[in-house]
Amino acid sequence: MHVKVEQVSVNGTPCPGAEITRRRLFTRISWAAAGAIGAMAGIPVLGFVLAPLVRPAPSRWRPVGSVDTFPIGQTVKVDFSDPSPLPWSGITARTAAWLRRVGENEFIAFSINCRHLGCPVRWVEGAKLFMCPCHGGVYYEDGSVAAGPPPEPLARYAVRVNAGQVEIETSPIPLTTFKS
Amino acid sequence: MFKSTLTAAWRFIEDRTGASQVVGPMLKHIVPANARWWYVFGSATLSCFIMQVLTGIGLALAYIPSGGEAFQSLQYITQQAPLGSVLRGMHFFGASAMVLLAAMHMAQVYLHATYKYPREMNWMSGVVLLLFTLAMGFTGQLLRWDANGVWSAVVGAEQAARAPLVGPFIAHAILAGDNIGGATLTRFYVLHVFIFPAFIIAGVVVHMGLILRNGVSEMPKPGQPVVPATYKRDYEARLQKTGVPFWPTSIWRDAVFSLAVVAAIIVCAIVFGPPVLDKPPDPTTLNVNPAPDWYFLFYFAILSMLPANLETWVILGGPLVVILGLLALPLLSNKGERAPSRRPWAVATVVVAVTALVVLTVYGAQSPWSPQFGARPLAEQVPTSTGADGPGARVFFDKGCIYCHDIAGDGGHRGPDLTRVGDRLSADQLILRINNGGHNMPAFAGRITHDELAALVAFLKSRRSGTPSGQPGRSDLALTLPPAERR
Repeated sequence: MHVKVEQVSVNGTPCPGAEITRRRLFTRISWAAAGAIGAMAGIPVLGFVLAPLVRPAPSRWRPVGSVDTFPIGQTVKVDFSDPSPLPWSGITARTAAWLRRVGENEFIAFSINCRHLGCPVRWVEGAKLFMCPCHGGVYYEDGSVAAGPPPEPLARYAVRVNAGQVEIETSPIPLTTFKS
Repeated sequence: MFKSTLTAAWRFIEDRTGASQVVGPMLKHIVPANARWWYVFGSATLSCFIMQVLTGIGLALAYIPSGGEAFQSLQYITQQAPLGSVLRGMHFFGASAMVLLAAMHMAQVYLHATYKYPREMNWMSGVVLLLFTLAMGFTGQLLRWDANGVWSAVVGAEQAARAPLVGPFIAHAILAGDNIGGATLTRFYVLHVFIFPAFIIAGVVVHMGLILRNGVSEMPKPGQPVVPATYKRDYEARLQKTGVPFWPTSIWRDAVFSLAVVAAIIVCAIVFGPPVLDKPPDPTTLNVNPAPDWYFLFYFAILSMLPANLETWVILGGPLVVILGLLALPLLSNKGERAPSRRPWAVATVVVAVTALVVLTVYGAQSPWSPQFGARPLAEQVPTSTGADGPGARVFFDKGCIYCHDIAGDGGHRGPDLTRVGDRLSADQLILRINNGGHNMPAFAGRITHDELAALVAFLKSRRSGTPSGQPGRSDLALTLPPAERR
């Protein structure tokens, strides 16, 4: 819809052919009413749909086990829960990380998501490699790319030792984004 | 008595609504007499869609679109609900048939150049319908909400994330947050059950309205090109002479073909059953092999073969170019010959496209680029007398070599087949390759001990031709590394 500002008169003299006719007025009223209805109904719906997307993601430190349960040099899968699961999330509220104890108090927590398209990588202990089942991405034990299509090394979670417990800070699924 | 009451009731309805005046001309519109069996694919696609709506409504009565419970509700539908397995099977095979028939319809319309004047928008609306059909396929696979469904959502989000600027936003919209969770499934449920079907129904109305407006095309005749200036007049004149009413002279073929299609779908649903549910949708279960349903296997294959530096461009640009190309086709060429015999490039295009899709689909089904995690130790495959139970074969399995390399018919196909590698490579070359990797192979230096390497090389050297299953020679088993390689 486009509305031109019509000049009905210049200095009291009517401009021929430029006056607002009754039909044109009715047309505009109808369009304006339709637009207002659309906005009134649409804004709350769009707001409801989009609000969760602009809300900052909360993060939590999740304990995944006491330090002494992880042998040094081993890479093991640990499970923990999302920062704010919905009551009906069930098992989908859970997520996992590959945790490696590097030193006495030093841990690395790798994201399970392949940096190619997000499939879950598995740790192959014998080969000391992470392998992705989808398109054959392979990573070394430090998360760097060994083979296949991944453009970036495995993402890492923040991890700390707190009161004898290993804790992982939840974070979003790592997204490989556009780079020109 | 009963009959006269019915007649009276019909007269009342007819008088007050004019129903037959609306529907009658639509049904009895004149179509070319030579529009025969070639033209049944479109109506069969519609029949499939109607069946998808009916079976979908049935499934929706028991399906619970909740991240935590969808899987159990599907297990209930499949295993306990009366006829539930058949219903799921019909919905799956109906979807497959719909994709297949839509593609066949499109190929037929393209080969016969029906998209030319004045039916450009018939084609364009059909392209949009095809896209929504594929979108229904993807979201439907996801609603299975097993492990495969969960990872399909992640893969979908990751692809969207590659878009410049808006990528991460779209990815979060797809996942309904930062992660897979309770809200993710509901997104796809709403798209699959409300939004996409609404667009498909609207698209079908437009598509069919355009058929009525522009008429069913005649079979193409060589030497009878489309001339926009005179086409409508000529078409009407020919129709006046030789046309037949759609109902019932033409429609019976559509009805018979649709019957065959629906019967085939039901037979498949009963005989093969619905797709087996994968593991539960637990994001901490990592031993999964996500793969799309068959109609996206070609794309799965493309994504695995792309060089990394092209990937983002293809993920984003590929579908865009194909979609825009298809939409633009009737605008670029809307007049001239329609007959396939006068349009060899069109025939070639269809042949190449179909061949490429079939090859890529088969390739995608085999997915040779994926590590073969299911491979068993070689000693279980090859007779133990061949050295397959020796320490080298053990290393070959333990180090995961077998996930990517085939020996005597077992193992992955990402890397070269090593059944006869002893013929091709010397011990030194083998050691170099294993230590340094290269050509998409990880470097194993530092993750294999000296003894393991020696055993592995000895085993690989013993894989030779002339010895069935790579019977080793004695000297090979005794092979040790040259001193220079000792570390």
